[in-house]
Amino acid sequence: MPHLSSESLTRAREIVDLYPQRRSALIPLCHLAQEQDGWLRPEAIEEIAGLLDVTPAEVLGTASFYEMFKLEPAGRYVISVCTNVACMLAGAYDLLAHAEERLGVRAGGTTPDGRFTIEDVECVAHCDHAPCVQVNSRYFGPLDAGGFDRLVDSLERGELEGDVPPHGTLVRVRRTKGLMA
Amino acid sequence: MTPDGGPPRILTSRVDLAGSYTLKAFLETGGYEGLRKALSMKPDEVAQEVDEASLLGRGGAGFPAGRKWSMLRPADTTYLVVNGDESEPCTFKDHLLLETDPHQLVEGVAIAAYAIGVEQAFIFIRGEMALGLERVTQAVNEAYEYGALGRGILGSGFNLDVVVHPGAGAYICGEETGLLESLEGKRGFPRIKPPYFPAAIGLYGEPTVVNNVETLSNMSWIVRNGGAAFAALGKGRSTGTRLFALSGRVKRPGVYEVEMAKTTFRDLIYGQEFGGGISGGKELKAFIPGGASAPWFGADQVDMPLDQDEVGAAGTMLGSGSVVVMDETVCTVKVAWRITRFFWRESCGQCTPCREGGGWLEKILWRIENGAGREEDVDMLADICDNISPGLHWPPEQTTICPLGPSIPSPIASVMRMFEDEIRLHVKEGACPLA
Repeated sequence: MPHLSSESLTRAREIVDLYPQRRSALIPLCHLAQEQDGWLRPEAIEEIAGLLDVTPAEVLGTASFYEMFKLEPAGRYVISVCTNVACMLAGAYDLLAHAEERLGVRAGGTTPDGRFTIEDVECVAHCDHAPCVQVNSRYFGPLDAGGFDRLVDSLERGELEGDVPPHGTLVRVRRTKGLMA
Repeated sequence: MTPDGGPPRILTSRVDLAGSYTLKAFLETGGYEGLRKALSMKPDEVAQEVDEASLLGRGGAGFPAGRKWSMLRPADTTYLVVNGDESEPCTFKDHLLLETDPHQLVEGVAIAAYAIGVEQAFIFIRGEMALGLERVTQAVNEAYEYGALGRGILGSGFNLDVVVHPGAGAYICGEETGLLESLEGKRGFPRIKPPYFPAAIGLYGEPTVVNNVETLSNMSWIVRNGGAAFAALGKGRSTGTRLFALSGRVKRPGVYEVEMAKTTFRDLIYGQEFGGGISGGKELKAFIPGGASAPWFGADQVDMPLDQDEVGAAGTMLGSGSVVVMDETVCTVKVAWRITRFFWRESCGQCTPCREGGGWLEKILWRIENGAGREEDVDMLADICDNISPGLHWPPEQTTICPLGPSIPSPIASVMRMFEDEIRLHVKEGACPLA
């Protein structure tokens, strides 16, 4: 029984065909698997290896280099608090401390209900909105403690479903043109 | 020229337009006219215009784009790769271009590919920029539909395929050979030099040109107005306009397009049309002139023009075009610690001076900032920095495969040069005096 759904597999084959060499699709396929499962499961790594004619160790060895690939289950919403210089000068460490208190987990952790993961991340290039966060790679900021609470409230009530897809869904626009016949 | 007689908006003419990222808005504002014109010229003539524009690469190294193109080794298969992995701390200008004007980039990619005879291009975009990835993917779809990409572009005999490739979170992929490794589906380990330029051996071992997002976003304007018109802006080698990302303790942080060399850091930080001055009316203490890798300037250098060569001669760089402002209340040790922490986290780990040295420096700065500093720490910082980049001069010596290593000492050496008393005060008082 394949782990990747037939839709994921169709998209995976389209992506592989875009590249002159199969292995170039490794990172896009890891994103695709993470979109399906919310994290990068070992079963998905096995199948990606098969699609690319490389070993699972090569897929894992590559994926583990990159911050965005979660090799353990992550929350539905991964909240990445930027603490780099521009955000730090605007109070990012206070914001991070507040985020940890509000959600009851330390940076790197996931709430027991699996809804939220908090991360302490490097600059996400939104410095004119410092201090900022990303939720599943979507930008929010500037945020003070109250703004953070309102953001979490909105996420909990499902009010941001349209803006913030579940963790792992990176690009909602599918490549439709210029595909191999 | 703009109505007020200022320099033209070459890169940001559409950013305030509603739906600026759509093909419709793009076509209504002269979109793809540059490509049309380029296709009516010979490829060499297009390259000649870019050479004449004297456009310096906008990614960080500032290498002339025209020269980079001319170095492309002739071969059956060649590639163009767009570096959209903007990750240098406090740099957010490509972010703006990707989200607000993706077609301008696609047009630039097509013009560049035509000029250098490439039929396959890749746009590598930082993975965390989800909206940018969506906008550029949509623009590529629309460009194929419109006929600006694919077979027989705009009725010509020129073919070009473009793949939008997402990164996955690694600063080091901004280094062009690390980026190529990542694009080949591997860890983003920078390649050992020589060869120094992917133009000789690049993607899959084939000749490859790697250009930054902002660099290519200039192409349409250059082709439409001529390289000479671009070169007429600015001064010396610093031609055209450039985007500067201003952040830190300023009233109006943001991305500003300014004419190179004719604008100073003072204009950018204090000008009413730019940063509007320091927040809370505080005094300027220091600023980073070109990204976290750049040595800092003190307040006495604020009248320096935004000129690549002048800033270089003064011992630092315009780098990635990011200016970070620190006011008198900012602890420079803390800022240096945070930048060092960044480099330590983002070191790819191949080279010992960077992998180990970065971690040691981070720990020493952390203990100084948090009241556990020792008398000998200042000398130890200097010694480790000197081991990573011997002599600590500019441009830096390199003991590592890529420039990440010698970037680590930049903030630390800056603080030691300008604010050594502040470090010693931390040690003496056993606490941060500015906390």
